[in-house]
Amino acid sequence: MASLKDMRVRIASTKATQKITKAMQMVAASKLRRAQTAAEAARPYADKMSAVISNIASAAVGSPGAPVLLAGTGRDQVHLLLVCTGERGLSGAFNSSIVRLARERALALIAQGKEVKFFCVGRKGYEQLRRQFDKQIVEHMDLRSVRQLGFVNAEEIAKKVLARFDNGEFDVCTLFYSQFKSVIAQIPTAQQVIPLVIEEGGAANTTSYEYEPEEDEILTRLLPRNLAVQIFRALLENNASFYGAQMSAMDNATRNAGEMIRKQTLVYNRTRQAQITKELIEIISGAEAV
Amino acid sequence: MATFHFDLVSPEKLAFSGEVDQVDIPGAEGDFGVLAGHAPVVAAIRPGILTVTTGGRHEKIIVLGGLAEVSEKGLTVLADVATSLDELDRVQFAETIAEMEENLKEHEGTELDQAIERLDHFKSIQHQLNATAMH
Repeated sequence: MASLKDMRVRIASTKATQKITKAMQMVAASKLRRAQTAAEAARPYADKMSAVISNIASAAVGSPGAPVLLAGTGRDQVHLLLVCTGERGLSGAFNSSIVRLARERALALIAQGKEVKFFCVGRKGYEQLRRQFDKQIVEHMDLRSVRQLGFVNAEEIAKKVLARFDNGEFDVCTLFYSQFKSVIAQIPTAQQVIPLVIEEGGAANTTSYEYEPEEDEILTRLLPRNLAVQIFRALLENNASFYGAQMSAMDNATRNAGEMIRKQTLVYNRTRQAQITKELIEIISGAEAV
Repeated sequence: MATFHFDLVSPEKLAFSGEVDQVDIPGAEGDFGVLAGHAPVVAAIRPGILTVTTGGRHEKIIVLGGLAEVSEKGLTVLADVATSLDELDRVQFAETIAEMEENLKEHEGTELDQAIERLDHFKSIQHQLNATAMH
């Protein structure tokens, strides 16, 4: 049986933990707001970009001279999985749900006899995937030192992916990230970025544009850029999702700690009362014996 | 004078949005001006200075490459980087140019041509900046 002092110490330590989780929750909440604004600010660009691309591409996709980024290499033997995760933990199932999705996809592809390569962005995903797919991880990038997520970070990743694509190291590239729906709902998502998938219905509002320079030249400029934009969007969505997940995880932790403190205090008070009663009985029976 | 809607978006933010009279764009194949009722066009942009005219007032914005789209809804410019003239850090800009010159050696072939072309655009922006600063 723990002594009263031990119990006091334990309650104090639970309270300290609760303070930490509470603070983390509030930090995550304020960072979430900033991450959400950043994600929303990036949306008009990404939307416009995909609108323009689908407009031009729907015409170019059938033609024989279509760029490889759009038409693909004609094979789908080697798949590159670009897995974007967070740099830190303590965020509930955020990192592991992205990794799980990527892992399931990888195993399914391997079962079909395809070759799988990984490009990890973010420390957490790398650490989790390394256990199982150490040899398949071709590149790993850390965004830990990055304070404010900028477009340059996405561009850097895109450049590395494109260099590998130009070297013929893979045929299909799929991007894994967590889509931010709300604070309590983040959806792990897989999105194919190379070759580009043109959404249906985009061709409905075809205005006949004039192009300057020629269509295919614009397309060859735009497609690599679009990859960077997609990655940037994924990173921003991920960032917002991360703080959302962390906020709800820390909220849970704070509540659990509160519950634990309540239970421990109850046991502590009972033990204390029992001890007082015991001491009283000892005194009374001692007095009676005299 | 008739106005039209103009959006300037960069990946990080919506840099400008509103009704304007005229926008002069540094196109990849030459500068061109857009007025209300311009024919639909999609054009690539080179790094340069974009001028927005609203009610006789000129606003200059530096764009580092991108894409312009004119449709019946108005003009949309997707800029890689968009900085208004007041916000631009001239010292940093000069440093960027110096860095680019430094990096030229690492490029080869067509990449070298592209790098030189880009450097020229940057230098011409700087030249224009210095020219306007003197007035």
